[in-house]
Amino acid sequence: MRLALLALVSIGLMWADHRHQHLQEFRSTVAMLVYPVQAGVNLPVQAGAWVLEQLRSHQTLVEDNRRLREEHLHLNALMLRFEALEEENARLRELLDTSVRLRDPLMAAEIMAVDLDPFRQQLVINRGRVHGAYPGQPLINAQGVVGQVLESHPLHSIVLLISDPSHALPVLVNRTGLRTLAVGTGNPQLLELRYIPPAEDIEPGDIISTSGLGGRFPADYPVAQVTRVERIPGESFARVEARPLARLDRSREVLLLRPVNGNGDATERPAEIEAEAPAAESTPEDRP
Amino acid sequence: MSNPRGWVWAIPLTFIVALALTVVPLPDWAAPWRPQWLAMTLIYWSMALPRRIGVGLGWFLGLLLDAATGALLGQHALGFALIAYLSIRMHQRVRVFPLWQQALTVGGLLALHLLLVLWILGMTGRAPGTWLYWAPLVSSMILWPWLFVLLRDVRRRWCLALS
Repeated sequence: MRLALLALVSIGLMWADHRHQHLQEFRSTVAMLVYPVQAGVNLPVQAGAWVLEQLRSHQTLVEDNRRLREEHLHLNALMLRFEALEEENARLRELLDTSVRLRDPLMAAEIMAVDLDPFRQQLVINRGRVHGAYPGQPLINAQGVVGQVLESHPLHSIVLLISDPSHALPVLVNRTGLRTLAVGTGNPQLLELRYIPPAEDIEPGDIISTSGLGGRFPADYPVAQVTRVERIPGESFARVEARPLARLDRSREVLLLRPVNGNGDATERPAEIEAEAPAAESTPEDRP
Repeated sequence: MSNPRGWVWAIPLTFIVALALTVVPLPDWAAPWRPQWLAMTLIYWSMALPRRIGVGLGWFLGLLLDAATGALLGQHALGFALIAYLSIRMHQRVRVFPLWQQALTVGGLLALHLLLVLWILGMTGRAPGTWLYWAPLVSSMILWPWLFVLLRDVRRRWCLALS
């Protein structure tokens, strides 16, 4: 009797959770009940990292410091040129009467040492609604795009990696400007590029980056490197594989992006591109 | 602390430990083989103390597991309620089984749960297309005798008699 009632409640819950997004509040409440356990599991890992840091010898610290200083100097020198280029770019864009692109603010987050369903590519990070994380927020690290926030709870968030089979990311090939879709495969080392006609110019080694077309990810963040192109005679699309640039299975620090809206990418750029050709998803054969 | 009814927090504590074991990070090759700690603990307590542990508690634990693993809400809750119900129904027979036979029964219950979850995953289009999905079944059955002895000691120390 009780069982039947609870079964009905479960089915109702699943249906509501799957079809609609009304359960966010309830989900967060349950998630907060579990959070202490997850934080507890994460604690020894964090403590271990802290102890290791304390035990680092003076010698290594000095060396690290010197190396980082050099790197900093190097990067600063590069940034000098970058800033000049950015200003030039803004000026040219103004001349062309298109939107000016702003730099996106970042928020650092740490990946918690907590496992989720082994058959889905998800992570837990230690930033939640309190810190300003919201569902759909893009995540990057120093190498490239990592994923996006799936659910944001008060103190932590669940992240969907770009390698999850349910994740598709609108991208373009840097070298040729060819637009395509990077779809996850469930393997953190492998993405599939969809809807590329066999005649297209794409080669192993090409870097692909976000196109900004989905409206969620800002444009021009590097995503992956093409590893294999297979053109099968008789098939309408080539089979193209790519390896994510961000080491999805071993990075620990990530950055949450907060795309600049208003006159930024997310709203203006898609319209500007659509003037030339429709979106990548709908007409794969379009050619820039 | 130790009143005649035993120490009240012993049972919740075992559930919390089981949940922690469920989220503790494992290396990639071992992650699919993680035993169903929470389900096994639930089965033990429903068989040992069927009057205190109910279907509702099983359902609630399943809900916690859903939230902890980022699954659809209610997905594990349904299976856990079923597990608790069947364990309570069968407790008198299974309690006197030898350990290996108990392990088989537990395996059967877990298989039912996994099947139910797989069915739900399939309906929502998230079915894992690999036989490794059933790996927890094997590891759980192998570990059941040890878990049983451990939890029996916990029960004897803090919860007194079977009820």
